[in-house]
Amino acid sequence: MAKEVTALPSPRRRHLANWLFFRVGSMLALLLVVGPVLWVVVTVVANAAPHWKWSVLTTTTQGTSGGLENAVLGTLLLLLGVLVIAGVIGVAGGIYLAELVGTKANGKPRGGVFRAATEVLSGVPSIVLGYVGFTALVVGLHWQLSLLPAWIVLSVMVVPYIARGTETALRQVPTVYREGAEALGMPLGYGLRKVVLRSAIPGVVTSLLIALAISAGETAPLLYTAGWSVDNPSFSLLHKQVGYLTYPVWEFWDYPSKQAHYLSFDAALLLVVIVLILLVTARLIVARTQRHAESRR
Amino acid sequence: MAAVIPAGALIASVVVLATKAGPAVRVNGAHFLTGSDWKLGNTYGAIQHTDGVAHPLGSSYGAWPLIAGTLQSSAIALIIAVPISLGAAFALTERLPRWLSSILRFGIELLAGVPSVLIGLWGALTLGPLLARDVYPIVADHMPNVPVLSYFKNPVGHGEGLLTSGIVLALMIVPIIASTARNLFAQVPALPKEGGEALGLTDWEVTRKITLPWVRSGLIGATVLGLGRALGETIAIAMVSGALLNTITPNVYGTMGTVAAAIVSQLDSAFTDGTGFAIASLAELALVLSIVSLLVNMLARFIVHRTDSLSAPVGVGF
Repeated sequence: MAKEVTALPSPRRRHLANWLFFRVGSMLALLLVVGPVLWVVVTVVANAAPHWKWSVLTTTTQGTSGGLENAVLGTLLLLLGVLVIAGVIGVAGGIYLAELVGTKANGKPRGGVFRAATEVLSGVPSIVLGYVGFTALVVGLHWQLSLLPAWIVLSVMVVPYIARGTETALRQVPTVYREGAEALGMPLGYGLRKVVLRSAIPGVVTSLLIALAISAGETAPLLYTAGWSVDNPSFSLLHKQVGYLTYPVWEFWDYPSKQAHYLSFDAALLLVVIVLILLVTARLIVARTQRHAESRR
Repeated sequence: MAAVIPAGALIASVVVLATKAGPAVRVNGAHFLTGSDWKLGNTYGAIQHTDGVAHPLGSSYGAWPLIAGTLQSSAIALIIAVPISLGAAFALTERLPRWLSSILRFGIELLAGVPSVLIGLWGALTLGPLLARDVYPIVADHMPNVPVLSYFKNPVGHGEGLLTSGIVLALMIVPIIASTARNLFAQVPALPKEGGEALGLTDWEVTRKITLPWVRSGLIGATVLGLGRALGETIAIAMVSGALLNTITPNVYGTMGTVAAAIVSQLDSAFTDGTGFAIASLAELALVLSIVSLLVNMLARFIVHRTDSLSAPVGVGF
């Protein structure tokens, strides 16, 4: 009955295997993860820095040359809209999933269908969402390539991340806090706002920042909802195309002219800066809260 | 209300695509999945009617090369990404020095956040040419002429193509697989691992004999999750694959195309078709892509969640 006892390899071989697979293996993985990130950033900076002119930020694109003021403002405008639309929906959805749905008889949280829909939505390729936005909103509702369809498609894309992040952050707030709020006689909404949500704010903000970083870097869905414009964005929601930073990178990188090439890398550099700011801020918030959480213990 | 929006958006997307693709599905039939010619036909000439659907004379839509390209590049991406992700996930959960693991964690976050258009730019201008000049020729020259390995023989091309696409895709799915795997490893209880240590197993043996079997099905789920992302990746692949429509590459270096890349690169020319049939066919392509990635994702979530539920729910009364 008992399993046959097999002899282990010699200790030296076992420790060699340990060293090889564990230390060397994880170091290699580290190198292969961090290396390409650095390489991408260095490539962009090295190609953009030699011809960088600050006037890029203050002039608009002329054909395939000029500056990127229109694209920078357009990207910021897109991010603002996503922050408002996806932020409200995503945070509300996260609160709903974490706090309001209750538990089933078997102890599992309810709302499985909504959670599943959110997760599956996060797996739909962004190009498909862009194409749907294009056929339904841009062509179907005659909105044409413009700001509102871009906002909607980007928001649908990042809502799952925000809802998920909010839910996770709320679930990490100790149950005692909620009980304490209730014991003090706070109504559910008030206690949620003043006690529970307040402790979850770092997690919520982090998920918002990551969602913004994702939106800033999107290209495929924007090509078919926002279009491209060399003019600074106006505040009209419909019928006017909008510029954004990923377009020049995607469109101008293989143009023959040097100016187009420069513009492509300038836009890439600005993208790197925006995304890095968002992600580093998110990281700092996480690190800060973790330190506080540890010191409290 | 807010929770209804994702479900609504999901259903609306599928309905919109299915409605738009309807005529194309009827006319293209099974040829769409098996044929290998993607032609708009003569968009200035005569209009033909098949089953009451108008389309230009000579139009023909067979997406097999695109589907094959998608499968090939995703397979290469998984082969490269899975070991790297598992290594990174081990490094994160096991006893690495703190500064190292925090660098690694931030590296993974950054990799997830780098816009795909930048990875495409780097892949097309830096990585691809470098590989084609310095790495691919060495590999190609030394490959024996046996099945499978003969796919690695010459010509190596200029760096745009299947293998470069696979490598770029691998980079983009490493964060997904690594972070899911990390969460799974973190759920393995300490006691069995400590038991293993107490019996004198090395770290590697504990990992291989205790941690890995504990989360095996979850790891499969994580891999499938990565596959879902690889199937749908668009912009980077449109930049490094060569974005062809009708060609299946004869070796691993050749230029090719994927379904997602075709949707983004073909929309402009689809507008030249006045009958709207090209747009409908693109919708059918998007429909195929979304159905496949929905199925892949649901499968992955199902597998991951089955493992997930072993752990205690956080924040619910604990």
